[in-house]
Amino acid sequence: MSNKFEKNSVGIVVPKVAEIKQKLKLDCGKTLENFSLVYETYGKLNSKKSNAILICHALSGDHHAAGYHSENDKKPGWWDSCIGPGKPFDTNKFFIVSLNNLGGCKGSTGPNTINVETGSEYGPYFPIVTVRDWVNSQNLLANILEIEKWACVIGGSLGGMQALQWAISYPEKIKNSIIIAAAAKLSAQNIAFNEVARQAIITDPEFHDGRYNDFGVDPKRGLSIARMLGHITYLSDDSMRQKFGRDLREGKLHFGYDIDFQVESYLRYQAQAFVDRFDANTYLLMTKALDYFDPAKEYKGDLFKAFENTKSKFLVVSFTSDWRFSPEKSHEIVKSLIKARKDVSYAEIEANQGHDAFLMPIPNYLNVLSNFMENINE
Amino acid sequence: MNRRDFKIIAEWIEERSTVLDLGCGDSTLLNYLIASKNISGYGLERDIEEVQESVKKNINVIQADFNIGLKQYFDENFFDYAIMTQALQENKNPDQIIQDMLRVAREGIVTFPNMGFWKNRLQLGLFGRMPISKSLPNNWFDTPNIHLCTFNDFEELCENLEINIIEKKVLDNNYSTNFLLKLFPNFFGEIALYRFEKNT
Repeated sequence: MSNKFEKNSVGIVVPKVAEIKQKLKLDCGKTLENFSLVYETYGKLNSKKSNAILICHALSGDHHAAGYHSENDKKPGWWDSCIGPGKPFDTNKFFIVSLNNLGGCKGSTGPNTINVETGSEYGPYFPIVTVRDWVNSQNLLANILEIEKWACVIGGSLGGMQALQWAISYPEKIKNSIIIAAAAKLSAQNIAFNEVARQAIITDPEFHDGRYNDFGVDPKRGLSIARMLGHITYLSDDSMRQKFGRDLREGKLHFGYDIDFQVESYLRYQAQAFVDRFDANTYLLMTKALDYFDPAKEYKGDLFKAFENTKSKFLVVSFTSDWRFSPEKSHEIVKSLIKARKDVSYAEIEANQGHDAFLMPIPNYLNVLSNFMENINE
Repeated sequence: MNRRDFKIIAEWIEERSTVLDLGCGDSTLLNYLIASKNISGYGLERDIEEVQESVKKNINVIQADFNIGLKQYFDENFFDYAIMTQALQENKNPDQIIQDMLRVAREGIVTFPNMGFWKNRLQLGLFGRMPISKSLPNNWFDTPNIHLCTFNDFEELCENLEINIIEKKVLDNNYSTNFLLKLFPNFFGEIALYRFEKNT
């Protein structure tokens, strides 16, 4: 390994592919005959296979959670602040698995991969998958890796929903779950944001009902507007004020519709970077998975009943300035876990970064995670 | 664990019961009750550093101001005991908190410093200064104690709220007791522990 990277980095990682030759029945009624999942691992699986942790990604995440793919990479994986030797998810102690979810666009079976039955890309015909489908697919990956029980399943945002679903779906296969900046279901306002994002993509003239690849184009404008909107909701008013204020990019107003303010420049840059790496059909699918998540639905809306059979210990974390997945959403989870008399701790971290705080190295946040992980026996 | 107040609380609590600790700090008490009485339960604590310590001890801790958290998270008769040590006097509405403790639990246990302790009376009565002592260490301007009371005041409040005091222990600042304390608790007692329930 090169010593080019920081001491507490997992260094260079190489993604692997799991070919899952087992049927997966989806919530939508369709069945995937077989599929592949791209994943990365950090740390070593012990001989008892009892130190495995699953990391679940959020809307725009993927399997690359920590370390670097090459020495030339400018940035490490998306959760490098938490994964590595001596970090909260300590690779000296744990074997960490991070995958690209089904329907993703980073190598796992999804809209931009070939459907072997038709010989062409799935595109818009890829079935809409749910959080529960993801958890079922992750369980098949666990089987391949011969992991019978996760020491912990962890996720932020949409990833937190998966950690919650794991505890509900497979109570015997999960000892601990960490649910960060998540919700047991989205609010109408949250679904509304997702709908605006979807409309931006779908109404892009280059969307072609999702068959844009057949036409050799990309609905970049739609996807970039969707990302800009999303990005605003992931930050707080306070953090945007601190970061940009009303600063002008060129020191003067142009009296036109091009960029005047720094914040506009930032949003366009973020959006451009995003459309270069992300697929529009995947974005649509991920937002639907968010909207559909509601584990209490089967229990007439009583969330605590959904938790009654869980055996996991829980840590729930939220951030004070997060308005997309506000602390109130976490309170709802905590209240229901208490009502079901489950082991749960809850930390409400003071942070001004909004929803994005869950990716930041905030000391109190990292300490709570570390302290919780310390009590997990291998 | 040498603290006499913790030992008394443990004596008052049944094996394998459920406990809520309001303002649990670093969860030393909950940890002690788990070890000695095999209890289960939760702590409410607003300070993130104390929450971190509680998580480190493997205790169920919910970060919240307990004035809000008590109402927000717990249903009626959820616990056997609701405990609040040395925090009654820091409450905006001690009377409401006591009643809310008996909403969520069968019994309540509180400990608090006695404003009627003779040294406190001396400082205020003779020297005309707000008392500072081992159990009341802060200056008047930076104290978290906004609702100090004497043992007699507390007992009168319980009577008005139709709360039955089951047991009471009075201690000095070293958490021990002697015959003077037993004879004149409101004068010689510095800290008291009360165990109470709803009048039925």
